[in-house]
This record gives sequence, structure tokens and C-alpha cells, in this order.
Amino acid sequence: MSEDLKIIDEVTGSDYKWGFVSNIEADTAPKGLNEDIIRFISAKKNEPQWMLDFRLKAFNQWKKMEEPSWAHVSYPEIDFQDIIYYSAPKPKKTLNSLDELDPEVKATFDKLGISLEEQKRLSGVAVDAVIDSVSVKTTFRDELAKLGIIFCSFSEAVREHPDLVKKYMGSVVPYTDNYYAALNSAVFSDGSFCYIPKGVRCPMELSTYFRINSAGTGQFERTLIIADEGAYASYLEGCTAPQRDENQLHAAVVEIYAHKDAQVKYSTVQNWYPGDKNGKGGVYNFVTKRGLCAGERAKISWTQVETGSAITWKYPSVILKGDHSVGEFYSVAVTNNMQQADTGTKMIHIGKNTSSTIVSKGISGGKSNNSYRGLVRIGKNALNARNFSQCDSLLLGDKCGAHTFPYIECSNPTAKVEHEATTSKVGEDQIFYCNQRGISTEDAVGLIVNGYCREVFNQLPMEFAVEAQKLLAVSLEGSVG
Amino acid sequence: MLSIKNLKANIEDKEILKGLNLEINPGEVHAIMGPNGSGKSTLASVLAGREEYNVTEGEVIFNGENILEMAPEDRARKGIFLAFQYPIEIPGVSNANFMKTAVNEVRKSKGLAPLDSKEFLKLMREKMQLVQVDKTMTQRSVNEGFSGGEKKRNEIFQMAMLEPELGVLDETDSGLDIDALRIVADGVNALRDGKRSFIVITHYQRLLDYIVPDFVHVLYKGRIVKSGTKELALELEEKGYDWIKEEVEI
Repeated sequence: MSEDLKIIDEVTGSDYKWGFVSNIEADTAPKGLNEDIIRFISAKKNEPQWMLDFRLKAFNQWKKMEEPSWAHVSYPEIDFQDIIYYSAPKPKKTLNSLDELDPEVKATFDKLGISLEEQKRLSGVAVDAVIDSVSVKTTFRDELAKLGIIFCSFSEAVREHPDLVKKYMGSVVPYTDNYYAALNSAVFSDGSFCYIPKGVRCPMELSTYFRINSAGTGQFERTLIIADEGAYASYLEGCTAPQRDENQLHAAVVEIYAHKDAQVKYSTVQNWYPGDKNGKGGVYNFVTKRGLCAGERAKISWTQVETGSAITWKYPSVILKGDHSVGEFYSVAVTNNMQQADTGTKMIHIGKNTSSTIVSKGISGGKSNNSYRGLVRIGKNALNARNFSQCDSLLLGDKCGAHTFPYIECSNPTAKVEHEATTSKVGEDQIFYCNQRGISTEDAVGLIVNGYCREVFNQLPMEFAVEAQKLLAVSLEGSVG
Repeated sequence: MLSIKNLKANIEDKEILKGLNLEINPGEVHAIMGPNGSGKSTLASVLAGREEYNVTEGEVIFNGENILEMAPEDRARKGIFLAFQYPIEIPGVSNANFMKTAVNEVRKSKGLAPLDSKEFLKLMREKMQLVQVDKTMTQRSVNEGFSGGEKKRNEIFQMAMLEPELGVLDETDSGLDIDALRIVADGVNALRDGKRSFIVITHYQRLLDYIVPDFVHVLYKGRIVKSGTKELALELEEKGYDWIKEEVEI
């Protein structure tokens, strides 16, 4: 409870709080995209031939594909030749301890409020921080290694665990999947890799922080999480970016592979720079996230709080292949000013007795547009599949838009699919009631909106829930006229 | 402490209050009665600062300040509390959280440090006992799924928490059965301390059996047309409002 108050106290006329630029010397590729750039990235990372081959195949596929246009968003055409595809902070020598970390990098984390040391000491969160394209440091590795858990940067995994990477990379999101997934597969520069062995319950929250720092850089990270039989992991991802006039592109791929009886919980708090009030600048967030419940009784949960980005295009999905497997999607998507979000999920039921839950809370303020887009597909062999979807939209003011595009494809008559949707406005009555108790209108909106999102926040790990509430309050400043 | 002079207010260009005068001293309980549409609830709304009402004339002086120019939250922080006739639901926000926010806002305006969780819980426990509400009520979302009686009790509980100088009860008795009425009235009486004042707006004399007023006023067509002591309420109960209407029309 005292956290709530701190949050309210902190909401004092701020713009984008994370809009600082770090002067870290960067090792940067020339602009543009061609085979040479891909070879450059691969060479920079000392990759084996098979990895380069994968990239080149993906690149050739990408060239044949077209940018998707079905989403309910609009933006000027992206010039893919005007983007820097690789930018690593220098120096890039191997670090043995946190003390060796570039002080600027460390200062950046401090500003973000995620001092690695703090995190390490106090909260027991293992952090893999990705600035621009390179994974800077993974903490807690040794401790995790004792349990057989591998948590490292993607490039390290390519070098040290090639069998695992070869086996699972692209198994959930193939490079042919969609335009941005193909692009990512061709140019991804780093990301996180995580493997939880059979029967191991990961004792701490695994966390990755992404931050786009260099101007005109695309961030193409790739995350692969594998939970072997009966394993459990909770994974947190946080994102911020400095304030810039131009649009920055972020096209990530996240793959989760859950074996029999495995459970993975993936939580995201996304706070990329949303652009200014007039819609100038901001991050284009085109992300492909998908989990595969490969074995029986596997469970994958996505929880996301999306407050940032100029454009969000993101559908964390679950393929329910194993019998009795479970997929969950809890989402809060906030748009303000000129932001656009088209986000939702896909639940693909293949196995018998599979079940999925979707809870989506959209909040629109300013002149923003917020769309929920979801697909529930019940395959013909998915006996007794269950889905429950709840999509709520909350409007602040009368210049914003909320849209819902639910798709249901059902090929099995034993399935039970439920969909509920509501649209509401923050009521004048509610605000006045708060006012009459001494609460200002701005704080009242924060309180009401947080209440509205509680179902989703309850799914987040504690520290993240607090951060999410803060973000929400900041994002909604000035959203009610 | 409260002085209302020649107050005129309208809503959507319809004049409801037509020159209302009222003086309240610390510790006094004033009952305001009157037939439907006489402006009782409008008075409560104007005191609390509801935007839909336009004040066209007059002043409301509370502890030496004209409050009509103040935002609703500032009036609340200065010690005016309105117990709503129809309390509002805020889904997902626990009563405890709501109250903690409110209590600390009020404290902040007085230059006091916010209560930490422990101090707040202690205060809450104390007040829950005072107005007889149970623990589960503070953990539930504000008014969500509350019965009529629970909502009204929650209003009194909030009043106890915020310790206002002036409590305005807008038809707090409406929709309550006799047992609920007694509990609510006991809560209000527990808050009478010789300094805190109350305006009790009601249709029925019944409530005044439990919350005994110092003065009773009859509001009719936007003006206070008759004032007296608690006996006036009994007379109204017995004879209705027609005789007053007749007196006024003459």
C-alpha cells in the first residue's frame, strides 16, 4: 500500500523519464541491409558457419516477403536501408565481474533504477542486460549453473551450447513465420538464452533489460527459453529507450519451448519511448513472441504491460500441442497522445483437453488508438478444448479510439469458447467521488485505472507490479482533458 | 463555522436554490427536511462542489473562507465531507487503499507526514470499531457489490477515517431497513464530539429519532422557510408538508 502512495507522489509533471542518452562509445555497422552487413554481424560475433547460414536463409526469405499491412496502425513507410543493424557498446572485452562494466553502462542502469548490484544483492533477480544489440552482462550465472540452468547471452549460447541452439532456434517461430521474424532471424545481434533442465525449478526471477541507445539503431534481439520436462521458470523483460526525434525500430523474436509438465511465466513491462505529444519520434515495436506447449500438461503464461512505443504490433501466442496443456495471456496496453497499439494474442489448440485464458485490458487516452486483436483456434483433434477471453476497453476522454478484433476458428464441436467484451469510460461520478475524499483528479484517474488493471497486475511478480503501476500513472498524465 | 448567505444555484438553467441562508456553529447538528424537489440534494452537491451546478449568487463561508471558488478536493481537504446518497463503485480499488490515499492527501494538505502502513492500519482498526464495520469491508473494492446498507455504512466509515469538521449526510437513511438505520446512526453519533458539525438531509423523521438534531429546517422551493428544534420534525411527520406550503404561498 505504501508503494501506491510512492507512485502517486512520483507522478509529478514528468515527461518521458527514461529519455536520457548514454555516451557509451559504440561499435557500429554502416547503415543499410545486404548480405555483407549480415556477414559483418556474424563475423563480429565470431559465429560458426551454421549460424551464418541460418541468417542468410532468413535474409533471402525476407527479401521475398512483404511488410504486413493488416494491423490497425498507420505510419510512414520504413526505409530498411536507412537503419543501422548493429551497434555494440565498446570496449567489448569479456567481463569477469560487474566491476569491469563500463561505468557509463552502469550509470545507465542506475538511472533506469536497475542497478545490477542492487538487483543482485537485494532481490535475487538474475539480470541479462542488453544495450542496443549486445548482451552486457549476465549476473548470477554461477549460482544458476549449479542447478544446471543456463542463462546467458544468445551469442554465448551459440558458441557454448550449439546443440541446444540448433535444436530449438526457429522451432517455435520459424524464420519464414512473418516479415519481422524473418528480418530478426537475419540480423539479430544478441539476446538472452535460457535452459532449465529436467525437474528443476528456477529459484529466482530471470530478467532481461533492453535499452535502445544509439540513434537510428534497430534493436533485433532474440530470446530463447527452453524448459525441459517438469521445469519451471519465471522470466521478466523490461524495456526503455532514450527520447529521440526519429523513429527507432525494434523487431524482436521470443521463443519459449515447454516440454511435458514444464511451466514458463513470461512477464514484460514495455516502456519504449512513445514519441512526443504530436506523434514525433518513438519506437516502432514489431515483435513476434510465441510459446509452444510441446508436452502434456505444459503451461505458458504471458503477462504484458505495454505503455510505451509509438506503434506496438505484438501478439504473444501459445501453441497448445500437448494434451492438457494450458496457455494464458494477461495484458494491459496503454496508449496516450498519438500512440497506436495493435496487440493481442493467439491461442492455438491442437491437443486434447487444452485450455486457454485471455484477459486483455486496453486503456486509451489523448488521440491514441488501441486495438485488441486475438485469435482462438480450436483444431479438429482438440477434444474438449476450453477458452475464456475477456477484453475490456477503457476510454479516457473522447478523442481516442478502442477497437476489438476477436477471431474464433473452431473445428471441434466439443470445444467451449467464451468471449466477453466491455467498453467503459472513467466516469465523472467516480472522479468526483474521489475528489470529495480529497484526491485530485489526476490521482483519481491513476487509482481508477490501476483498479481496472488489477487482474493483470496480480499476475506480475511483486517488484514488477509496482513498476507497472508507476509507469501507468506516468503514461496517463494529462490524458483526461 | 459554516455560513451560507443568499445562495442561488441552478442546473441546466433551472434555478433550484433561490436564496438560501443557514448558519451552523461548531458541534451543532442541523436536519434539513422538505418535500421532493425542494433542493435538498442540490444543497449537498453545491457544498461539495459538483461541477454541474452553477452558483449564480451568494456565498458559502467555511471557517472564514469562501469555498465556492475551491476545487472539490480542496474543500474535502479543508474538512467538508459528503456522505453520498448513491455511493459510487470503484472496481479493483480496495477500500483500504482508497482510504489510505485519501487520508494521506488530507494530511499532506495540512503539512503532516503521510501515515505509514502500520500507523494507517492502526487508525483503520480503531475507526472500524468505532462505526462497527468488519474487516472484510476494507479489503473489498470500494462499494463494489455492496448492499445498500453496506454502502451507507462505508460512507460513515470513510467519514470516521477522514475526521472532517463538517459532515453532510445526503439522505443517508434512504433504502435502509430499521437495523441498518440504527447502525448507521450509531456510527454518526459516535462521531459527535461537540466540535464536529453535521447537516443531515432526510425525507423522514425516523432517522432523527436516532440522530437527534439541534435544529430542524424545512427547505421548500429553494429556500429555508421554517426553522425549529426537533419537535418541528415530529410535527412534520404528523401533518405532512402541506400546511407549510400553505403558509409559504400566503
